[in-house]
Amino acid sequence: MKVELTEISWRDAQQVLSLAQLAELSGLRETELRELVDCGVIDPIDRDAGEPSFRADCIFTMQTARRLHKDFELDAHGLTLALALLNRIQDLETQLSELRVQQPRRPRKKFLEE
Amino acid sequence: MKYKDYYGILGVAQNANVADIKKAYRKLAHKYHPDVSKEANAEQKFKEVAEAYETLKNPEKRAAYDQLGKHRPGEEFRPPPDWQQQHGAGSFSFEDFDLSDLFAGLRGGGARSRGRGSMAGEDYEVPVHLTLEDAFRGSEVELNLSMPEYNDQGLLRRVPQVFKTRIPKGVIDGQRLRVPGKGGKGFNGGRNGDLYLTIALHPHALFRVNGHDLYIDLPLAPWEAVLGTSVDVPTLSGAVRLKVPPGIQAGQKLRIAKRGLPKPHAGEGDLFALVQIAAPHVISERERALYQQLANISKFNPRGNFRQESRNESRTH
Repeated sequence: MKVELTEISWRDAQQVLSLAQLAELSGLRETELRELVDCGVIDPIDRDAGEPSFRADCIFTMQTARRLHKDFELDAHGLTLALALLNRIQDLETQLSELRVQQPRRPRKKFLEE
Repeated sequence: MKYKDYYGILGVAQNANVADIKKAYRKLAHKYHPDVSKEANAEQKFKEVAEAYETLKNPEKRAAYDQLGKHRPGEEFRPPPDWQQQHGAGSFSFEDFDLSDLFAGLRGGGARSRGRGSMAGEDYEVPVHLTLEDAFRGSEVELNLSMPEYNDQGLLRRVPQVFKTRIPKGVIDGQRLRVPGKGGKGFNGGRNGDLYLTIALHPHALFRVNGHDLYIDLPLAPWEAVLGTSVDVPTLSGAVRLKVPPGIQAGQKLRIAKRGLPKPHAGEGDLFALVQIAAPHVISERERALYQQLANISKFNPRGNFRQESRNESRTH
């Protein structure tokens, strides 16, 4: 069977998304996204620009927001708090993982004798 | 089709009211929601809980579910003969059908029911396990997925999908890649959902990964640490010669530039060699004599700070 090759579309946090694109990719409505911008959950690249645009990596935060909104019926303020706490956990986990990789493993005795 | 006990999953009685069902769902969702939970199998557990709640919170779906009768969880069963017509489920075979798919397609089943407007397909996320070498060089992975898809009647079916995708070099652990249009099929002209691949790197025998940087332990013999040395350090692109300066301490990091994982546009992470001082477990008589000789003549006191600290302590008390 011939298996189709599908290309990945982007992997780049530097890519810029319009409000409409972010809405399409995250599953949130534009009004909900604007509310999250007002609550400071996501920052547009240029706050003064007429039409806001966003860094592509915020899509994952917005997808989490959509799931939390749907599954817990959270409003924008609830989402802001939940996402801030999740973000803090994420930062702590990143720090923990950085410390872990810098922790030497105990060398196994058999290798020391060789 | 296998029976699922939705009341049992939520831990409520069959006559529970909607408020109790919602309360039970919320309690379990707090425990198992994949965005907030660290429980084992949280995602699977949450799917079961959400599926049970989706059905039981909707009076029409709940009535339809109740009319399926009581069976043991996991037991193969078929709905009563007139059940399909009664609940507008259309005519179809129940072979390989999931109970959740059946309820997703029912009348009153939400926006995707038959006769409604177009709907975008769902986004899905699947883990892709790679070796560090695959992440370093880039690779192709073949994905065998079973995707829920709406048929013309608006009913969900699981459809196998097989395709390959290219994983670009330099992906890092936890990174999510988007494969456009490979999620759930859109309904009634809606766009297809996307598939997100979450990269999970297998642990490596030598290297530990932090973003694009790699870490390797560099055990040194006590005399190598004192005198300095040159050692061959393995990297993902072949060994490199590393100069170790004399007097190096355990825990110090030696940076081997650009020998980490490649970055998306240009450049690479670094490889850090973490110095460890390894003491031999077995030594010959001659070695013991030489160590003893060294101990006798050396003025080095690695615990000089202990004495200083004790003096400071006694002064304060």
